Formats: sequence, C-alpha cells, structure tokens
Amino acid sequence: MAQVAERAERYMGGGVLRKEDPELVSGQARFIDDMTLPGMQWVGIVRSPFAHARINSVDTSRAKEMPGVVAAFSGADMADEWADGLPCAWPVTEDIKLPKHWPIAKDKARFAGDPVAVVVAETRAQAADAIEAVDVDYEPLDVVFDMEKALEKDSPLVHDEFDSNDSYTWTLTTGEDIDQIFSDAAVVVSERYYHPRLIPNAIEPRGVVVQPNQAQGEYTLYSATQIPHILKVTLALTLGMNEGKLRVIAPAVGGGFGSKLNVYAEEAICVALARRLGLPLKWIEERSEAYLATIHGRDVIQHMEVAATEEGRMLGVRAKLFANMGAYLQLVGPGIPILGAFLYHGPYDVKAYSFECTGVFTNKTPTDAYRGAGRPEATYAVERITDALARKVGKDPTEIRRLNFIPPFNEATPVASGLSFDSGNYEATLDKAIDLVDYEGLRKEQQDRRNSGDPTQLGIGLSTYIEMCGLAPSQVLSALRYVAGGWDAATIRCHATGKVTVVTGTSPHGQGHATSWSQIVADELGVDFDDVEVLHGDTAIAPLGMDTYGSRSVSVGGTALHLAAQKIIAKAKTIAAHELEVSEDDLTYEAGTFSVKGAPDKAKTIPEIAFSAWTAHNLPAGTEPGLEETSVFDPPNFTFPAGAHICVVEIDTETGMTHIRKYVAVDDCGNVINPMIVDGQIHGGIAQGIAEALYEEAVYDENAVLMTSSMANYRVPSAAELPSFVTDRTVTPSTTNPLGVKGIGEAGTIAAPAAVMNAVIDALLPLGISHMDMPATPEHVWEAVQSARGRSVSGTGTETTAAGSGLGSAETPGGEA
Amino acid sequence: MTRISLTVNNMKHEAEVEPRQLLVYFLREQVGLTGTNVGCDTSTCGSCTVMLDGKAVKSCTVLAVQADGAEITTIEGLATDGEMHPLQKAFHNTHALQCGYCTPGMIMASLDLIQSNGELTEEAIRSGLEGNLCRCTGYQNIVKAIQEAASEMRPTVSA
Repeated sequence: MAQVAERAERYMGGGVLRKEDPELVSGQARFIDDMTLPGMQWVGIVRSPFAHARINSVDTSRAKEMPGVVAAFSGADMADEWADGLPCAWPVTEDIKLPKHWPIAKDKARFAGDPVAVVVAETRAQAADAIEAVDVDYEPLDVVFDMEKALEKDSPLVHDEFDSNDSYTWTLTTGEDIDQIFSDAAVVVSERYYHPRLIPNAIEPRGVVVQPNQAQGEYTLYSATQIPHILKVTLALTLGMNEGKLRVIAPAVGGGFGSKLNVYAEEAICVALARRLGLPLKWIEERSEAYLATIHGRDVIQHMEVAATEEGRMLGVRAKLFANMGAYLQLVGPGIPILGAFLYHGPYDVKAYSFECTGVFTNKTPTDAYRGAGRPEATYAVERITDALARKVGKDPTEIRRLNFIPPFNEATPVASGLSFDSGNYEATLDKAIDLVDYEGLRKEQQDRRNSGDPTQLGIGLSTYIEMCGLAPSQVLSALRYVAGGWDAATIRCHATGKVTVVTGTSPHGQGHATSWSQIVADELGVDFDDVEVLHGDTAIAPLGMDTYGSRSVSVGGTALHLAAQKIIAKAKTIAAHELEVSEDDLTYEAGTFSVKGAPDKAKTIPEIAFSAWTAHNLPAGTEPGLEETSVFDPPNFTFPAGAHICVVEIDTETGMTHIRKYVAVDDCGNVINPMIVDGQIHGGIAQGIAEALYEEAVYDENAVLMTSSMANYRVPSAAELPSFVTDRTVTPSTTNPLGVKGIGEAGTIAAPAAVMNAVIDALLPLGISHMDMPATPEHVWEAVQSARGRSVSGTGTETTAAGSGLGSAETPGGEA
Repeated sequence: MTRISLTVNNMKHEAEVEPRQLLVYFLREQVGLTGTNVGCDTSTCGSCTVMLDGKAVKSCTVLAVQADGAEITTIEGLATDGEMHPLQKAFHNTHALQCGYCTPGMIMASLDLIQSNGELTEEAIRSGLEGNLCRCTGYQNIVKAIQEAASEMRPTVSA
C-alpha cells in the first residue's frame, strides 16, 4: 500500500493562478493554424458525399490544371505510401473483425466524409477550389446506419471481406450464478437506453503542419493532438518510417475531449505527401469537415437489468450493449465500451455481475473516445435503473442508494465486477449533496406542485457515480488486449542557476498541467512556483510519455513527477552530506533544505546543491555530475473517483421546456493539487453532460448522411442555456499512488447525464412517464407528454436513425405501472 | 484584387485583397495577427470576434473589403504598455479559460457587453454571450470574469 507523501505544502492544495494564461489571454499562444513555414503548401481532402459507394474512377486532371495546384492524388495513387493501415490499438477480442483502414479509400467509401483523394495547392483557397475539381465516379451502394438492422442477416455489409457487421462481442461474468440470481430474485427491473451519437466539438478544429527534410528522411509533424507520443509510434508503422526520424509536436491545442486522442488519416496523408513531394505542408480542418471526419462519441444501446430483494437490495446486474463503431475501428474505438465494462454496478454492492458488448459496423463516422468514454454510458445505465428500482420497491432515490452503497473503505477492496476500488466513501458525498440542495424542501415543493396540478413540474435527479481512471496498469491493459502500456514519465532538471525544468510525458490541452506540475515540484524541492518551467508535447524534448486522456495525467504523470522529485532529493542528500561533512543519516530534509540535526545553521538548499552538481568540483566518489532525474511510473491499479450530483429541473409540461433550476456537484477525486482547476474541470464536464442530456444529438438521414452538419444545427449549448453549478467535495485519498490523487477531467460528463435525466423523469412521473431517452429536448418532452395524455403527435418531430430513441415514448418498462 | 486601407490596433494598414477574402483571414494571414481564431464555418462559435468601429463583430462574417476605412481592435491590441486589460486580468484571476482557444473572441464579445452599458446580472451576461461558444469552462467563470472586469471598468455600475 502506497503511503501518502508528507511534504510542506506551500502551493499544493492552494488557489494558484494558472501560468498558462498570459499567452492565451493576449493572443500570443501558437495554435496549429498560427504556424506558417517558408514554401508551405496547403493540403485539401476530397471526401465522399455518399455514406457507401463504390469508387469507379478518380480523375484529378482537371484539378491539376487549376491555378496554384501543385499535385493531386487518388487513393490508388497514394497506395504505395502505406506500410499498414491506420492503427487500431485496442482489438478487444481475439476474433475481432478488424478491417484495413487505409488513409485514403481506394475501392469503396464507407461513410460520408471518407477521404477519396487529396490536392496540394499554394493557398488555402486554391486547395478548397481544387477539391471541387476532382472528378470521382461513385456508384452508390445500400447503406446501413441502424445497429439492430446492421445485425440482421440480409443487411448490407460495411466490409465485404466479413460475413456480418458485428465486429466483436466482449463479455465479462463474475460472482455468483447470474441466471440463478435473476430467476430467484423477488424484483427484477429491465430497461433499454439509447445514448445519442455526439460530436465532440473542441472549439479548435484539427490541423496538421509537416516540415520535411527529404534528404535525411526526417520529418517534423505538428498536429493539434492529445497524443504526440502515441502518434509517433503508430505513424511510423503506418508510413513504414524509422521512428527515430519522426518528431511529433503538439503546439497549443484548443481542447480535445477525446477527439484529438486518435491517429487520423490526415496526419498520415500529410507526412506521406511531404515525403513524396519534399514540401512543407499544412492542412486545417473546417468545422463542417470536422463533423464528418473527426470521431464521434457514444451511439450505444443498452439493455440494463437489475435483480433485487423486495426491499430493493441489489443482488445482481446484467448489462448488454450494442456499440456503434461506425465504418472503421479507430485507435481505441472498440475499447471504449470496455472502459465502462467494470462499472455497471456503480458504487453499489452486488453478488453477481454480467456484461456483454457487441461492436457493430455501420456507414457512419467512426466512434471513439469522447469525454468520459464508456463511463458516462455505464453511470447512466446504473443510475437510471437504480431510480427505476426505487420506484418499483417504493423507496426514495436517496434511500435506495444508501441501502446499496459499498460501505466506506480506505484500502483497495475487491468489488463484484472483478476490479479493486482504491478507496471510497460514497454516502459522505451523498450526504453533502443532499444538504447543499435542500432535498427535503424540494421534495415538499414537488409534492405541492403535483397536488395542485401545476403545469410546471419539479424534478429532482440523483447521480451517485463512480468512475475508473488513471489509465492504467500496463499488465491490466495487456489482459484487456490493449496494445500499449499505461505508464507515464517525468524528468526534473535542476539548473545551475537554481531554476528547474520539468519535462512531462503528459500532453495538456487546457488542463493546466504546467501550473499543477509546478505546484508539485515547487513544494517538493522548495523552489518558487515561478522558477519551475514545464515542457511537454514535443517528442524530441519529452521522449517518454503516454499523453493525456482518461483523467490519467495527475495520477500517472503527476506521480511520475513526484517520484522523480524523490530521486532528486535522494541524490541531493548524498551531495549535501558530503559537502556538510556529515553522514546522510544526520540530515533532515524540509521544503528544499537539508539541515544537520542539532545544527540547523549548517544547511544546503536544492539550488545550492544543483550548482555544486553542475561544477562537479567536489562530488562524493561515484556520484555523477548534474542534478537531473527521470522516473517512469506504471500504476499498480486504476483510481476510482466518485461523487454525488443532484440536478433540479422545472419542466413546463405545456411546452416541453426543461429549465435547470439548481445543479449541485459533490465530487471526490482524492487529494486536490489545485482546487480552482478541479472546479473548472467539473464545471466544463457538467456542461458537456447537460448538453448530452438536453441538447446534443448527431442526426442522420435515411442515406446515412449527417443532417446536423454544422454548429448552426448541432446544438452546443451557450452560456444562455446553462446554469451556474454549486460545487463541493469530499476527500478520500487514493491508495493507488503516493499523491493520493484520483483524477477529475471527466467526472462532470460522467455524472451529469444521469442526474439530468433522472430529474426529467422525476418531473414527468405524475403524467405516467417513466422512460425517456436523451436528449430531452422540448420537442421530445412535449411529444411524450402529449402521448401520455393520449393525444396524437403524428406529423411532428424529427426522425432519428436510432431505433427506439424515445420520441414520444412513454414506456412503462420493468412492469412498472 | 481590391485595395483597402484600415487601422488595426492603432496601426494603419494598406493592402490588396481578394474580394472573397474574409476579414479574419486578412487579419491572421496578411496582417499577421494570429490571436483571433477560427472555430466554425457558420458564424456560430464567435472565436473570431473582433471590435470593428467599437462594435463586436464576427470577423468570419465580414469581408476584408467591407472593413475598408474601419478601425479594428483585436486581442493583441487590448493591453496598454504591457499592462493587461481589466478583462484579460479578470479572465486570468477567475480561471475563465482552459484551452484558451475561444478566449480572444470571448474577451472581445465581453468588451462589447461591458461597453454597451447594459445591466450585468448573471442572466444578462449569459444571454449577451450566446454568440460565443466555449467547450471547456461551462461558462461559470466567464460570467464571474465579466462581473469582475466590469467592476473595474465601470465602477459605478454594480454587477
């Protein structure tokens, strides 16, 4: 069991302002589109307008004659550039159907947006014009976009080389006999949920700049990416390049949310074109292009069941999922549902557990990690079914949760799904949230409104979530068939001048690592916060790293940094003892200073020792000059942040409009390095979770063409649609790492959809509505109300492609009345 | 090509532009001021917001030729003598930015909101910012930043 480190905390836990901000508020930060290289040419991608079509021919001759056009190539022209297809690093089962994913399609386009040709021109506008002049002869084919239809025998096939559209089925069964538990249980509740397909919408679109050195075979790739390190390894394989000759740099990156956690066709295409043409190249994604070509998230059907006693004590859970992979398997696409696979009992104690997920190919944009990645889905199913169970057994939602919570624990404890949770105190967070929201008062008001038949009904929704982050113990990743490791690295370099440079393997894009990492190092080495410089996102400067995603950075990369600081302190102690002519045992260390016990005036600081180590004039025998240490941390376990969110909604039953009156979030992410940054992560996460619950959905037409094709009709909420959030926390230190930290990047997005939807359903219960799928738009709510009142709603509403996506449905699942 | 003459951050510029050139690309690629960002094709996100003759405009919806004779202020022109503008300070102090991509546009839209002298209740600020999207912050600290900056910029108005 790791001990929580003792240190003098001048900065950690305090409200330190971000050192990233000055360049960002003044317009001096350099994002990808701010980069221009001498002689640089622009790349444009020709994309299939059809979701499924045979490519009979590609004629680039007209494009090549356009002003400024340097080159134009079809998929066949570029075929020799690829040593392999784009990578899928998470083939989750041995028998997974894993199609080749060429950066440019050669024979068939499999989703609207699939690249079919490229153009290179002198200017952005000339490239855009040249795209229009590439003549592609398409033969449209039958499309499939609905997962359940895709699994039918006579469905069109997305990939001809396979005999069906199911990519894989991954199962997990643990504990007591699940079928027996369900057949014997006094109460069984079953519901079906659909998670809408979401478009990540980092405000900065993607982009790529490549600087070639053709003579040496060396290439520098700048990309708006979350994963420069993973990109370097995988692109070297796709392009058949010496990895040592590829340098990847993530400049300032304008948000990711998982959408920049991928290896994209455009990255491979631009390096390949730079290699072929010897020219510096740039490609910048337009927003409408991003909607087609950047991964989407969610699009998951869940059949969720819980078995319980008559009192509502949960005995077992059974979850069966269908996850829409889209047309290809992206970097970690198949593994996204698996990130939630161990969490379908939430923070509740059950005896039997069963999970199954089938990944399905369709002619839609590929899906992959979107903030929360598998865990919002799990939390949603668990928290929705928990409320349904509460209704069934006649208990209050708070009561059913207290009845089933795993009791408080402060050391790693095995749970039903087979993992060990690191630490937890779930009831404490719920208690705090209940106090903050004034639960009793709200229930009373709700009853009054119900009694009076108020057209505005009040709903109170709980989400007592648990998540799994700190990706990841490398051996566990191996068992899950993930190709890479889960470690991360940090280097601390103490300069002769007393300043400190930190090199981190994490790759922040808004999370404030430069600030938090400076806090950790300043406290541990007793230097000023402003004297710490944090370098990241360049594989030549930070060669070791696994990048930023899955709320892993502080618990893995931050811990590596802490361990590197311990190495610095250990070496500095040897030098200090030598210089002070005492034994190391005679020294005490506090806040950067070694003092001789009993003679505190005899002391050396870390900066003083850094100077000695640099001059190397008087080092102890066997001690190398310099004061620089690297540590690589492979976590022994995941971390399991948890919390209680309560959403209070008012629904106008005449218009279907949902108004969030109050939102309380009590989160427990273990020890907190920077509370301001943690609160900011929660705010943004909740906003995205509310967006999923109430606003956002990627809608396709019957040809599998995206109808919500721009920010003008895909509803990313503005400030006007969102409330202020009340945030608070409990602190249950993690036992997975010596910092006691768990991670907070995704918590809000994981918790919020369930809290909001439980509130919406709670408000509509008096009308007999006990089920609705996301998003609960005014239209969907109004239709459900009309339907519940026995009024026809035909002729209204937008058809969505998701079967059973809940339009107007007022189901009474699980035998509820 | 069309000849235009305009002032950007108190500097006079004369340039030949293509009639289809958008103001945002003129500022970014011809004047070299890359602080103003582009986030969408539909004038929805507001990342490209600049001040044109004292009013906030989305510079992806304005042609460069339309800005002939205008005075433009971009994010690079807000600080004076190296001292951050109260809005820049307030965004920093209240953690009103994370990735920072929407921030230049958000700050320029906020400047218009404060200078237009309307009331600055939370509701008014939220509705005043509906043309600018942020995916990171959930807007809560942006509202705080505007209130903090307004109390410095127009101390007589209580936020």
